[in-house]
Amino acid sequence: MSEQTPVRTTRAVQLTESREALGGRKQFLGGWRRRWNRMARWQQWLFLIIVLAAVYYLPVANPWLITTEPGNDFPIACFQMAVYALVAVGLNVVVGFAGLLDLGYIAFFAIGSYTAAFFTSPDSSLIHIPYLWTLPLALGIAMLFGVALGLPTLRLRGDYLAIVTLGFGEIIRILATIIPAARGQVGFKEVGHPPGTASDGQPIFSVSNGVPWYWLAVTVIIVILLLVGNLERSRVGRAWIAIREDEDAAEIMGVPTFKFKLWAFAIGAGVGGLSGALFAGQVGFVNNQKFDVATSMLFVAAVVLGGSGNKVGAILGGAIVAYIPLRFTAIADYKYLIFGIILIVLMIFRPQGLVAAKAHLLTYSRLALDKVSEFRAARVASEQEKAAAAEAAKGVPNE
Amino acid sequence: MSEPRDEKRERVPVENDPNLGAVPESVPNEGPADADLTDIGPDPTPEADTDVPDEAELAEVLAEAGIDEEVAEAAASEREIAVEVGEKIIEVKAVTVKFGGLTALDDVTFHINRGEILGLIGPNGAGKTTAFNAMTGVYKPTSGDVLLEGKSIKGKKQHRITRAGLARTFQNIRLFGEMTALENVVVGLDARHKTSVPGALVRSPRHYREEKSAVERGIALLEFVGIAESANTLSRHLPYGSQRRLEIARALATDPKVLCLDEPAAGFNPAEKDQLMDLIRTIRADGYTVLLIEHDMRLVMGVCDRIVVLEFGKKIADGSPAEVRADQRVISAYLGEPDDDAA
Ligand SMILES: Nc1ncnc2c1ncn2[C@@H]1O[C@H](COP(=O)(O)OP(=O)(O)OP(=O)(O)O)[C@@H](O)[C@H]1O
Ligand SMILES: [Mg+2]
Repeated sequence: MSEQTPVRTTRAVQLTESREALGGRKQFLGGWRRRWNRMARWQQWLFLIIVLAAVYYLPVANPWLITTEPGNDFPIACFQMAVYALVAVGLNVVVGFAGLLDLGYIAFFAIGSYTAAFFTSPDSSLIHIPYLWTLPLALGIAMLFGVALGLPTLRLRGDYLAIVTLGFGEIIRILATIIPAARGQVGFKEVGHPPGTASDGQPIFSVSNGVPWYWLAVTVIIVILLLVGNLERSRVGRAWIAIREDEDAAEIMGVPTFKFKLWAFAIGAGVGGLSGALFAGQVGFVNNQKFDVATSMLFVAAVVLGGSGNKVGAILGGAIVAYIPLRFTAIADYKYLIFGIILIVLMIFRPQGLVAAKAHLLTYSRLALDKVSEFRAARVASEQEKAAAAEAAKGVPNE
Repeated sequence: MSEPRDEKRERVPVENDPNLGAVPESVPNEGPADADLTDIGPDPTPEADTDVPDEAELAEVLAEAGIDEEVAEAAASEREIAVEVGEKIIEVKAVTVKFGGLTALDDVTFHINRGEILGLIGPNGAGKTTAFNAMTGVYKPTSGDVLLEGKSIKGKKQHRITRAGLARTFQNIRLFGEMTALENVVVGLDARHKTSVPGALVRSPRHYREEKSAVERGIALLEFVGIAESANTLSRHLPYGSQRRLEIARALATDPKVLCLDEPAAGFNPAEKDQLMDLIRTIRADGYTVLLIEHDMRLVMGVCDRIVVLEFGKKIADGSPAEVRADQRVISAYLGEPDDDAA
């Protein structure tokens, strides 16, 4: 009996914890998640480095079956997937974390694209700056637009907010058409690119060479992911999720809901602008044609598909939404139909999206886990002590 | 008995969510006990209260309350604190709240002394939750004023009122379902934290300090209400009783001066109610002032220092449990008008 005790104690604790690591629900990739949580920090890092190496290597490897060729150049397809992934990461902050349905997200993408064009294209009469500077600039300008849109509209809720943001998306598109300085359909040619010339005299970041662009985009995604991750595991992330779960209750628990909704909007907008500037650089041309409502919907679909409220899910969703029409060119014209069907099926069988992981909201989550294990172990031990005492008490009169 | 009465009064129609007005879609919890809340239509007036208790029940209620006088006396030993620092911490001054034609609160005036447990009772639809909502800024009073430590909090933003020191729980549990118990509590603790987006982005030293203390204090609060072992469980997966406790822990986490509990014992069995009474007394002993809405007379009489009674949005009594129990208007409010019997 006494030898068994410690074994049973730890097992009981482990069992409950492994169930908890799943967030109490069955999950696609659930086993992975549990394994991931059990890994030591260095193992997690090692795993991440291997995954990252694979991700960076992807366009060069151009794997059979995965490749989008001959229909589409694979490295450029990879770049577009990365841009969509970045868009989804940004939109996920707004829709997935703060629960604000933004149907006009394309507007910020457009603002970022035009920022890059205005400050680098020879067709623009504005001062010209190096392309790489337009990335933070696009982020900042889009953020300002996000605040400008958020200030009057974030007092609205749910459907109303969705409709107003939808309108905003259209307004930006129409402005791009009617303002002469935005050059309508003529647009801006020769949008800038990062410096560097290859040995053959061609710029490294040329329109036709997707690989360096892809690497740049992936690097930007990693930086943004780290920053968003910092926000998630902080007071900010908790405020967002609390707002998403129950805005009134959050406000009453002391969360300045308006302020944090505005932050979510601004951060989402900034990332949208950043993706727009990246996209404009690679394509090298910006006009008013690509910023329609349907693309906004595609962005939202990416977030929902991947798993609203989850960064990894957003990346996956964004990449898939970009990949499918590029890979299966025969059906590319029906992409909205196909995504519509996929989403409906998904909402029936898996409403939480492909990757349904709960947001991590504590910087010291391991400390919390340890403390709870302590409590559990203490209780199990005391229960067993009691049981043993009761048994002993029973045993005495028998003898 | 008080049990059937409690069950009955839980049937709050969701479309008339007494917590916060009309936001039914955001009620996050669908626990087994909440199913009860939705299945019966509106029951807005006490007159609709069909099971008017008979004489025998009256005797029972009073007898029950009488028994608990001892418990109340035991609790009273701690009341020196209240007497010492017993100035008014909250003043509700002539507050009126109207919903269209309906006057849910009509010129209600009462106060809470520092360190006391004030009971707020009254039949269904009397306006108790509305009084909470008017105090915590959910509804702006049509007229009148609410003072916290002498300063008006009327019309202030809700999160500012919370930070000024007024915290509450909800009659219909409103936890953040997709957050763990600990994270729910940490949201409450965040009311006292300062880190915002810049600090969190660069992980400032203050961020680390706050995060560390948040986990430690959060666990301690969960331990205090007795659910520390469930700290990492999603709050929507918690059993009903733990959810109610978690609501209290989350409200306490905001470090309030006054803690407002809206029917914290709804759906509890007698043993759980006893535990809750102990918890409330401990909270008061720790220096908090408590405002308690509760239907269970035994609990209210046992734990409260003073009781305010509402009926049809009007205050009809205000005094010690013994005074309130003896008050003719309270008895008729709870047990039906005498002339009803004659009719
Ligand atoms: N948002 C609202 N809009 C309209 N009427 C409301 C609203 N909130 C409450 N009321 C009404 O105000 C009256 C008082 O309601 P309140 O919820 O304050 O009662 P209560 O004393 O808390 O009752 P209970 O014991 O059932 O919780 C009721 O008639 C109710 O229908
Ligand atoms: Mg109520």
